[in-house]
Amino acid sequence: MKFIDEYRNADIARRLVAEIKREVRGRWVLMEICGGQTHTIMRYGLDELLPSNIELVHGPGCPVCVTPLETIDKALELAARPEIILVSYGDMLRVPGSSTDLFTVKARGGDVRVVYSPTEALKIARQNPERKVVFLAIGFETTAPANAMAVWQAKQEGIGNFSVLVSHVLVPPAIRALMTSADCRVNGFIAPGHVCTVMGYEEYDALVRDFRVPIVVGGFEPVDLLEATLMLVRQLEKGEARAENQYVRSVSYQGNLSAQLLMREVFEIADQKWRGIGTIPASGLRVRDAYGDYDAARLFGLASITVDEPAECISAQVLQGLKKPTDCAAFGMRCTPQNPLGAPMVSSEGACAAYYNYRRHPGKQLPVVSSQLSEKP
Amino acid sequence: MLDEPTNSLAQLACPAPHPVKDTIVLGHGSGGRLSAELTREVFLPAFANPILSRLDDQAIVSVRGTRLAITTDSFVVKPLFFPGGDIGSLAVHGTINDLAMGGATPLFLSVAFIIEEGLSIAVLRRVVESLRVAAQNAGVQIVTGDTKVVEKGSGDQLFINTTGIGLVPDGLELSANRARPGDKVLLSGSIGEHGIAILAQREGLEFECPVESDSAALHKLVAGMLDVTNKGGVSDAIRCLRDPTRGGVSSTLNEIAEQSRVGIQLEEDTIPIREEVRGACEMLGLDPLYVANEGKLIAIVAPEAADAVLGAMRNNSWGRNAQIIGTVVESSSPIVTIRTALGTSRCVDMLAGDQLPRIC
Repeated sequence: MKFIDEYRNADIARRLVAEIKREVRGRWVLMEICGGQTHTIMRYGLDELLPSNIELVHGPGCPVCVTPLETIDKALELAARPEIILVSYGDMLRVPGSSTDLFTVKARGGDVRVVYSPTEALKIARQNPERKVVFLAIGFETTAPANAMAVWQAKQEGIGNFSVLVSHVLVPPAIRALMTSADCRVNGFIAPGHVCTVMGYEEYDALVRDFRVPIVVGGFEPVDLLEATLMLVRQLEKGEARAENQYVRSVSYQGNLSAQLLMREVFEIADQKWRGIGTIPASGLRVRDAYGDYDAARLFGLASITVDEPAECISAQVLQGLKKPTDCAAFGMRCTPQNPLGAPMVSSEGACAAYYNYRRHPGKQLPVVSSQLSEKP
Repeated sequence: MLDEPTNSLAQLACPAPHPVKDTIVLGHGSGGRLSAELTREVFLPAFANPILSRLDDQAIVSVRGTRLAITTDSFVVKPLFFPGGDIGSLAVHGTINDLAMGGATPLFLSVAFIIEEGLSIAVLRRVVESLRVAAQNAGVQIVTGDTKVVEKGSGDQLFINTTGIGLVPDGLELSANRARPGDKVLLSGSIGEHGIAILAQREGLEFECPVESDSAALHKLVAGMLDVTNKGGVSDAIRCLRDPTRGGVSSTLNEIAEQSRVGIQLEEDTIPIREEVRGACEMLGLDPLYVANEGKLIAIVAPEAADAVLGAMRNNSWGRNAQIIGTVVESSSPIVTIRTALGTSRCVDMLAGDQLPRIC
């Protein structure tokens, strides 16, 4: 398959690993921001192929994981109302709120529907004019244009029973917050390829300048991530700090300008709470006043809920790359995908779920399969 | 920048969830971990007996010296009609396959209909015709049935329940608890087709290359495999047969690993997957190993007989793309792993509930 097979090619991967081994001298901590990239790393065991002086840590790259508890609780409240159809991406259904989750609300009679695209949510609104349809619009910049399109289209068509409950998060402010934090030990970032397909990587110039860390935009296949790692290592060994693009087949410097235009038309930047991290200023999106009739938070008078979040799990530290999922005492024992204590174990893109699904026994060697890549020169 | 000092970030963590233990959720029917839990915690304790406890796809009982296989299945597929089949053909094939996995020659089926008020009789006739053709092609007879009609809103158009009965040869003991280290894992063909075909039809996803369900009756394929081992004098060479339906190949292999207390090591490169299925799975973020199949089987075979059994499979039209995809290994705890094209290994865990397509 084009753009898949060549980027999973073992020979190319082998050459990249060899190149990294040849060029790396120092000890470097590299962070990828996107949950999809975390999963590729775990799925293909890329961390096992790299030399031990490169440590991969995982950032807050899962939009499901960082959706604030209040938003989940608001969605749950809406879903339980008989006049409302709550429409969501599948991943969100299992995320625990304060006391329940959308799957359970659905099982108890709430009208909760899974869609693959926000335009399907719009279709549901058209087909059910007597009900109110609320779409749980979450994600990074990747999904924002499509969500903006749904709102824009609703306004164009005068669909009065459609609204969005928004929780969008932005990557560059998150990187800034991570780099500013006292215990940050990240030397370089692999930036999320699909976020940058929308936004470009112009925004990273300020970050590399302010923090002197290299940032490379990476794709999602093993060869993409190995190549991005090599590009970071090369910069680090030379003491450089630039924004570079590995994912050239999808990402341009300025990104998708039409998508950005649509986002700016419907959304504006706002402070945003990140579950497990806290509020990061100007790191999220909210619906503009001009589209206020489509903003579920305004329409349904959802009181701002302050939630006590007891420290049951260490998602905060996992999401910042300070700890690995396997450092958590509850990992794989009290906290499993069947009984998740926190969002990173629930979401298919969460770091904890990735570690659990692909490395179920922390510290235990999987049945011996020699790594062909590390054996060849 | 952050409104909390960093050393108190650890306070901002996720609360414990409300565990879903008192309500049935859709995941309980998905063939994964939740389904297994339901069986273990609700059904087994109530009905406990040695035959049931084996949890094979069929029950093998002995009546006056004759060994019979009995199985039951329910079909609730939505939509009723899909590329490659419909609820009728699925019902016949699925029931036959459950019998065939016990090495049985399927003979008789019962078919019970639960029909929602308002269903068009023309639709019912279409399903019935499909049942008739599938049964005829497979050489089984539908010998008894039942009909119930429920009020509009109480059933999703049409549900079908079946029971199948077949004859099992003496001395044949196929079971998921018989896998031994060294045994080979054989797969009869490409995976993920049924699940993707249904998903595409149900969600109105139009792929450039449409995927068809692989629904098929596999009893003749099985007969050919048993024949070659009998002739080769290694009649117990086939330890276990399973059809990887809901939950996919991964759930089936995890069940076998669990019941035999072994590890199973797969080779990713050997698993046949059609391009259309790969493409659909890539787009949706689904793993083909977890997607349902309705015309495939997995065989755990003694290593000395693996090539011969593979040959027999490839001689049958339902086994043309059969492959050896892995090996049973010793393991202190049951686990299924897979070696990737890059030479690294990872777990293939059982799903909790349904696979959820990814967001971005």
